[in-house]
Amino acid sequence: MPGIRDRVAIVGMGCTRFGELWDKSDQDMMVESCHEALEDAGIDLKEIQAAWLGIQGAETGCSGARLSRALKTDYIPVTRVENYCATGIEAFRGAAYAVAAGIYDIALACGAEKLKDSGATGLTQMGGEPQFGSWVWAPIVAPARFALSATRYFHTYGLTPQEGKEMLARIAVKNHRNGSLNHRAHFQREITMEQALNAPMIAWPLGLYDCCGVSDGSAAAIVTRPDIAKRIRDDYVMIKALAISCGGGPQGVIADDYDYIHVDEIVRSGKMAYEEAGIKDPRKEVDIAEIHDCFTITEVLICEDLGFTTRGGYNQDSMAGTFNMDGEVAVNIDGGLKCFGHPIGASGLRMIFESYLQLQGKAGPRQLKDPKFGVAQNYGGLPGGGVSGVAIIGARD
Amino acid sequence: MAGITSYGAYVPLWRLSREAIMKGLRGEKSIRNFDEDSTTMAVAAAIDCLKGKDRAAIDGLFFATTTAPYKEKQIATTIAAAADLRQDIITADFTNSLRAGTAALRAALDAVKAGSVKQMLVVGADCRMGAPGTDFEQNCGDGAAALLIGDSGVAAEINAWHSVSSEIHDVWRRDDDEFIRAWEDRFSYSKGYLNTVTQTVTAMMEKAGIGPGDVARAVIAAPTPRIHGEVSRKLGFDPKTQVQPHLFDIMGNTGAAYPLMLLVAALEDAQPGDRLLLNSYGNGSDALVLQATGQIGETGARRGMKVHLETKRIVDDYRIYLQWRGLLVFEAQPTPPGGLLSASALFRDRNQVYPLHGLKCKNCGGVHYPPQRVCPKCRSKDRFDEERLSDKMGKIYTFSADNLCSRREAPRVTAIVDFEGGGRMATIMTDRVLEEIEVGMPVEMSFRKLVSQDGMHNYGWKSVPLRS
Repeated sequence: MPGIRDRVAIVGMGCTRFGELWDKSDQDMMVESCHEALEDAGIDLKEIQAAWLGIQGAETGCSGARLSRALKTDYIPVTRVENYCATGIEAFRGAAYAVAAGIYDIALACGAEKLKDSGATGLTQMGGEPQFGSWVWAPIVAPARFALSATRYFHTYGLTPQEGKEMLARIAVKNHRNGSLNHRAHFQREITMEQALNAPMIAWPLGLYDCCGVSDGSAAAIVTRPDIAKRIRDDYVMIKALAISCGGGPQGVIADDYDYIHVDEIVRSGKMAYEEAGIKDPRKEVDIAEIHDCFTITEVLICEDLGFTTRGGYNQDSMAGTFNMDGEVAVNIDGGLKCFGHPIGASGLRMIFESYLQLQGKAGPRQLKDPKFGVAQNYGGLPGGGVSGVAIIGARD
Repeated sequence: MAGITSYGAYVPLWRLSREAIMKGLRGEKSIRNFDEDSTTMAVAAAIDCLKGKDRAAIDGLFFATTTAPYKEKQIATTIAAAADLRQDIITADFTNSLRAGTAALRAALDAVKAGSVKQMLVVGADCRMGAPGTDFEQNCGDGAAALLIGDSGVAAEINAWHSVSSEIHDVWRRDDDEFIRAWEDRFSYSKGYLNTVTQTVTAMMEKAGIGPGDVARAVIAAPTPRIHGEVSRKLGFDPKTQVQPHLFDIMGNTGAAYPLMLLVAALEDAQPGDRLLLNSYGNGSDALVLQATGQIGETGARRGMKVHLETKRIVDDYRIYLQWRGLLVFEAQPTPPGGLLSASALFRDRNQVYPLHGLKCKNCGGVHYPPQRVCPKCRSKDRFDEERLSDKMGKIYTFSADNLCSRREAPRVTAIVDFEGGGRMATIMTDRVLEEIEVGMPVEMSFRKLVSQDGMHNYGWKSVPLRS
């Protein structure tokens, strides 16, 4: 299995400001992110030979034509994909694989989501399991789903509710501090531990600041073969690994031996991606980890599942500053879902965008020194039956 | 001799303090939670009655109510399905009268006597509404009872019966009425209740060749406590020693289920040989004589009336009561909790929805819910036995409580329940007090209404703290 490592390069990316974009439709945002990517690459729309659109909401139609009509592409193929919260990475994966397969020279991946037209303050039931008749799991809203893990995590590791809440609050504070340095973030304000701890309860034990915002946004990437990339720009970035794992084994909510404090899909997608990228010790080798902090507890599970810390080790490491901007692994250095919200189709590409900037040395106040690997990771669904996507990118040789 | 072979009951956990309705009022009345209705209460009573019984040996189910959640669509079938009865059984709904409970009992008794069925389950449940501010509001309670009728292992024989039909508008609801209507109470009492009941009970006692002194317990389902006292005395019963307490102070009049519930309460205290008299009223009257046999104490552990009345939580906020009744409406639900309804999918999934059947793998022995074609543990395909999870105890593995649901329920408790003997289910927890929930807490399952939309009611099983 040859894998994707070093076979495809990113030559252009774009990312809108995320937020409550009342004046912009999903198509407005697609135009903005894709044109920013085209300008970044310095190429014309006509050079794009195929496109992938990641968008989850059923109200945005069920076809790639949503993107082709917005951009007015020249009758090229556009494929719409959705794969829960990994939708953005899935779109990126489609474009990259098509280039790697030698079918196209230059392809576009765009992710977008318009959440703020639903009238709901949280996510609606879009993309859930079909729930005809029987009462199984889809009615559980996202905060409640992940709160199940928080309750069990506290219980397993003997954290009092106060200790557990403090562990989670530190994540919110860290990510908000990071987001305050990012002009594209929805929320650009620091918060205090007191604010996080005293916030209104959303789903016990998750308070307001344990939950990511609900935002609109779009991000896009242009990918091509390295030989073409060299002609386009010097500081192109290489794709090192792409992995998707769909839960189908012992499904968490069904299997009575599932522990609720790890997620097999995340572990497996991480393993696949590290192997493909040639990463042996993720804690040492990964510099940037943009991971799926839809809720603070999710960042805990993912850091453990992706090997940035040991099982049950998150709390200790976070107190030591391991995941801070200047720590061993800078986790959600751009502010994460906490500050960007989670416009589902866009998130994965937004995360890749941060690593892209960092690897090019263009991350401004957030810039790390000589980063080598950036990980982007999304997780959606119910543990054991969900989807985890990982993209790893790195500097060119 | 045919008679009652088992009995059970259900009283909702919640009691409205009458003080909450109006200052100075005394006592409590039982009120259904927002996710309960006559169907769900009937299921609870039926399962209570069937504890330790072979459900496959039940040949029919008659359901009695005046508060059916459908005008056209049988409720008895829902109860039978949730109670996991066979499909080749007789089912019928008896309705439109407070005598529906005793009418169903009579029909079941006759069917057993005629030999057309061996065992018939009679279930009564009601949750009538009096308009806010009326005596009916104060007096009506919610509840259910179930009686198993058969001719072997009889705990109480039914020896005599007399019925009278009376065409009168004294208490009624039109087909589109939400609240009980009544004519002037002096008329309703004298020409309706008192006249008819006296006539019926007197004729029945003559038929049975007994006098008031031969009755150990007179079980009289009267519309108010005052009338209950008056009619007992008029019929010649000593209120202190002979008359079954009316339970208005702690429960209220539970409509078509009321005579059956009072009877269950009387049976719980009956000694072998005791003669019981049961009377119901509603466009006429039914009166019957029962006699407890040596089997009376042998029906096994039931929650019945006693445990259900003893275990309770008080609602002292009238607004909560109005909300649960749908009389005070908060904003529309932000996220519909039941998802989409589809009659065909519900039909396809009926075994997992109504009797809560999970699957037990023939290969690895693992139990799972909801049923999958491929075993989540060993991945063998289509090698399962169905296993009923609705009457299994469970423990909370983890839980959450979210405020994103409607304010009626907030916070909604999601509990991951591990069943005794294997199997796990993601449940909504009801009848719970948030502060008392913890990992490891024992729970049991309760049939509830999940959502009403698209013109349909969607039922399913929730978890509840143990009721004892």
